[in-house]
Amino acid sequence: MIRRRTALLSAASLTIAGKARAQKKYAPGITDTEIKIGQTMPYSGNASAYGVAGRNQAAYFRMINEAGGINGRKIVLISLDDGYSPPKTMELARQLVERDQVAFLFYPLGTQTNTAIQKYMNQKKVPHLFLATGASKWGDPKNFPWTMGWQPDYHTECKIFAKHMIANIKDPKIAILRQNDDMGNDYIGGFREGLGAGWEKMVVADATYEVTDPTIDSQILQLKNSGATVFMNITTPKFAAQAIKKVAEIGWKPIHYLVSVAASVGAVMRPAGIENGQGIVTAQFAKDVTDPRWATSPDYIEWKAFMDKWNPTANQLEGSNVSSYIVVHALVQVLKQCGDDLSRENIMRQAANIKDLEIPLLLPGIKVNTSPTNFYPLRTEQLARFEGDHWTLFGDLISADGT
Amino acid sequence: MEFFVQQIASGLTSGAIYACVALGLVMIYVSTDHINFAQGEMAMFATYLAWSMIDAGVPYWVAFGSTILVAFFSGLFIQRVILKPLETAPVLALVVCFIALLSIFNALAGMIWSFTIKQFPSPFPRVDIFGNGLVSAQQIGVVAVTLVMLAILTVFFRYTTLGLAMRAAAQNAASARLMGVRVSWMLALGWGLASGIGAIAGMLVAPIVFLDPNMMTGILVYGFAGALVGGIANPMGAVAGGFIVGVLENLVGSYIIGNELKLSFALIMVVGVLLLKPAGIFGRVIVRRV
Amino acid sequence: MAALARSWATKPGIGRVALLFWFGLAILPLVGSVWDSPSFDYYLFMGQSMLIYAISVLGLNLLIGFNGQISLGHSAFFAVGAYTAAILMNFGGIPYWATLPVAAVVCFGAGFMFGFPALKLEGHYLALATFTLAIAVPQLLKHKSIAGWTGGVGGLLLDKPDPPFGLPLSADQWLYYLCLAVAMLLFWIVFNMLRGRSGRALMAIRDHAMAAGTMGIDTALYKTVAFGISAGITGVAGALSAITIAYVAPDSFTLQLSISFLVGLVVGGIASLPGCMIGGAFIVVVQNSSQSISDWMKETFSLRYDVPAWAIYGTLLLLLMFFLPNGIAGGVVAVRGWLARKFR
Repeated sequence: MIRRRTALLSAASLTIAGKARAQKKYAPGITDTEIKIGQTMPYSGNASAYGVAGRNQAAYFRMINEAGGINGRKIVLISLDDGYSPPKTMELARQLVERDQVAFLFYPLGTQTNTAIQKYMNQKKVPHLFLATGASKWGDPKNFPWTMGWQPDYHTECKIFAKHMIANIKDPKIAILRQNDDMGNDYIGGFREGLGAGWEKMVVADATYEVTDPTIDSQILQLKNSGATVFMNITTPKFAAQAIKKVAEIGWKPIHYLVSVAASVGAVMRPAGIENGQGIVTAQFAKDVTDPRWATSPDYIEWKAFMDKWNPTANQLEGSNVSSYIVVHALVQVLKQCGDDLSRENIMRQAANIKDLEIPLLLPGIKVNTSPTNFYPLRTEQLARFEGDHWTLFGDLISADGT
Repeated sequence: MEFFVQQIASGLTSGAIYACVALGLVMIYVSTDHINFAQGEMAMFATYLAWSMIDAGVPYWVAFGSTILVAFFSGLFIQRVILKPLETAPVLALVVCFIALLSIFNALAGMIWSFTIKQFPSPFPRVDIFGNGLVSAQQIGVVAVTLVMLAILTVFFRYTTLGLAMRAAAQNAASARLMGVRVSWMLALGWGLASGIGAIAGMLVAPIVFLDPNMMTGILVYGFAGALVGGIANPMGAVAGGFIVGVLENLVGSYIIGNELKLSFALIMVVGVLLLKPAGIFGRVIVRRV
Repeated sequence: MAALARSWATKPGIGRVALLFWFGLAILPLVGSVWDSPSFDYYLFMGQSMLIYAISVLGLNLLIGFNGQISLGHSAFFAVGAYTAAILMNFGGIPYWATLPVAAVVCFGAGFMFGFPALKLEGHYLALATFTLAIAVPQLLKHKSIAGWTGGVGGLLLDKPDPPFGLPLSADQWLYYLCLAVAMLLFWIVFNMLRGRSGRALMAIRDHAMAAGTMGIDTALYKTVAFGISAGITGVAGALSAITIAYVAPDSFTLQLSISFLVGLVVGGIASLPGCMIGGAFIVVVQNSSQSISDWMKETFSLRYDVPAWAIYGTLLLLLMFFLPNGIAGGVVAVRGWLARKFR
């Protein structure tokens, strides 16, 4: 008896759902009350320092859900640990898409890891949105219409550095330190392009290191010995800190350029010693939350309140806590734009239809723009110099196409 | 020439780091006949304890001393609680236990202290000995502490009853037991000492490479290489091996094969030495009776 | 350990159980035609991974379990196999199935070569020498002198094969069958090898090399060939992995992979062929379930922190070694022996 009633009830609810579905289009993982999102993150392994991003985004979605979700739908983020290993990412992407039935993948981290799943995501026609990697290959809507990058790509950034060197330094002799992986590769590609024919003449030393190397002291000595006057530092946070400290210790005083991935005040500049970092140049697209000039800006205050309340154990000086916060806003915008048409096609269509979106903590003047032919949401950066205990911006906004 | 000297100086510093870690490995090997893959993570964890104390305002040397004590007793504890029941298990089961310990320590450290790097204070004054940035007090300090530890250990193992008993327990448990040595406790003591040495190594290394949960992974590899090159059953050999690996790696990387192949060079060196002198450069070949 | 090996390798009647087991694995994908679920292909993919790991563990077991040479460097041979397949498919235009024997031969060669220095090394020394091999290989793979072939740090992207002859199978079903067929073939080969003269020789060397030598066994030859075959089998697993994942990159073949093989081997059961299958499944299942346990703990005890999955994984390993130091297969044998004694 009871069983029959449940059967009747569920049949009734089915018809209701069926009717609702007639008006609303839902991708798998999306219901009237819920949007299920997948993500892969290196919570373990060599790149585990980046895992901060996933935790912060989970906290942000908790806050959104508490406030009623997006258009009444709560966000469920399934963020899994791939240990930065491509086969594992493949396995997890398939788990998320096929077993857990997520609507799309958001902010999966790593270049090799995302390369492993890019083809799969596009074959399955599942949005592969706002990747946490600065490789330049993600904005390719012709071949990969379901994949969209996020941050200003490494290639462009290093091109900006190169242009700046040529314009401002007389007869630069450049020494490069780079991580022997795809990040280092992408950066160096842009740098080579930026220097153009000058590469042969200007680059006097080019040293690599592995993430498994205990120290990079030997490389720094090689670079200093080359007689270079400019130091292009293409490293990840731990090695950036080592390099900055070692350069100061051996009394080498080059003009020092540091890539944005390693320009975190909390994770790099402070551990390396504030006094050692003076004058280093980097590029930024986000506000440096340690810079006192933003202390009174409303977006900073809002971010701080969020961090204090929803992610109280996090280290607020860490750059990932800002970048992961910014990108969530873009996603929220996309989902809002979708309204009740939450099909995968429409999610992708709206992601490619962001117009002049201003997001808290982006530098003033930087806006997010995408179109069916432009899958690079952020293309603008500004140079900054380390002064006192924070980054100070200088010059104009520089974007990929212009200079 | 100056560059050459600099590379050697820097190689000696890294060498001292490898030597420190190698000493801990040798310690466990000599006293328990095992190779502890979790050695590096245990050292890292101890270093975090020291960091927490210093961060809470405890003076450096107090934190240093108490960390060594804590590490010693944790090593003892791990041996008594986790490894003792497995005394009769196959060697590979123990290796899996070490891997398990490695995963646990690494993951716990990440959970408690996050994976962001931390600055660890150096006990040595920040002076430039020769005024040309060549050798810092930190570097001299690391080398000195390593050598002092080596001297203490050598004396301990050669000339004290306890040290001899520990070696006997590892090499021939049955005979040692007949001689009245409490074998099981000797093994535990070995773990305690190794863990203490590891803690010292961690605290010396951290100011140079920065403290993070993966701090020791790369170092452990070179520590193994050093121990193998010098002889894993011989503290003196292991320290010498650590220095040799550190210096050669720098010189070969700078002058001959480039930085991309440094690790591969370490591999070739290890295999090469083992082929020519299976017990390591300074090791004595142990003749086994059949 | 030796007794265990013998009981699994030579006991009559075990063949029937094995046949039944393989038959079960073979009809598994057909469940998909009854149970129409979108996640079915994912489970088949997991099945592929388990079979691939099982093959790798088989290769490692041949070396460690049956010949007593410890290797922590089998991720290197796995990588060589994977890259051999990837390069042949990418540059040679060779069909994916034809790359498997080539990978086997190449890895046999590599293993055989490494077997020579390994002859001189025993126990811990060999373990550590192979450990450094595992560390060095990812670095070698991206070296600029061969980056043109290996794709350098970016790796090589491949095409996932479709089922041939217009078979009515999904790509995942087909690849599952491919992995299964290769696994059956390799297990059969190893089973027969161990049952015969060479198997006895290998185990004799493991149990007492000197005694084996005096009985006229060419220990050096057997040991190097064992290393070669072991590497060859693991290399085939690597090639299969390249085909199923359709991507190879240096970061895929870290020391972590070698450690997974070893853990699978020990947890499954040293010197046990069924243990290889158990180990392969364990590697895939337990890492994932650690994550689930972590989520469950967080929810149930409303913790402020995530309990890291790797800490749970480590604890599980410790518990397993505590209660089953001879692995799961060893545990089964022990329980069976106990039951037999009890109900004689």
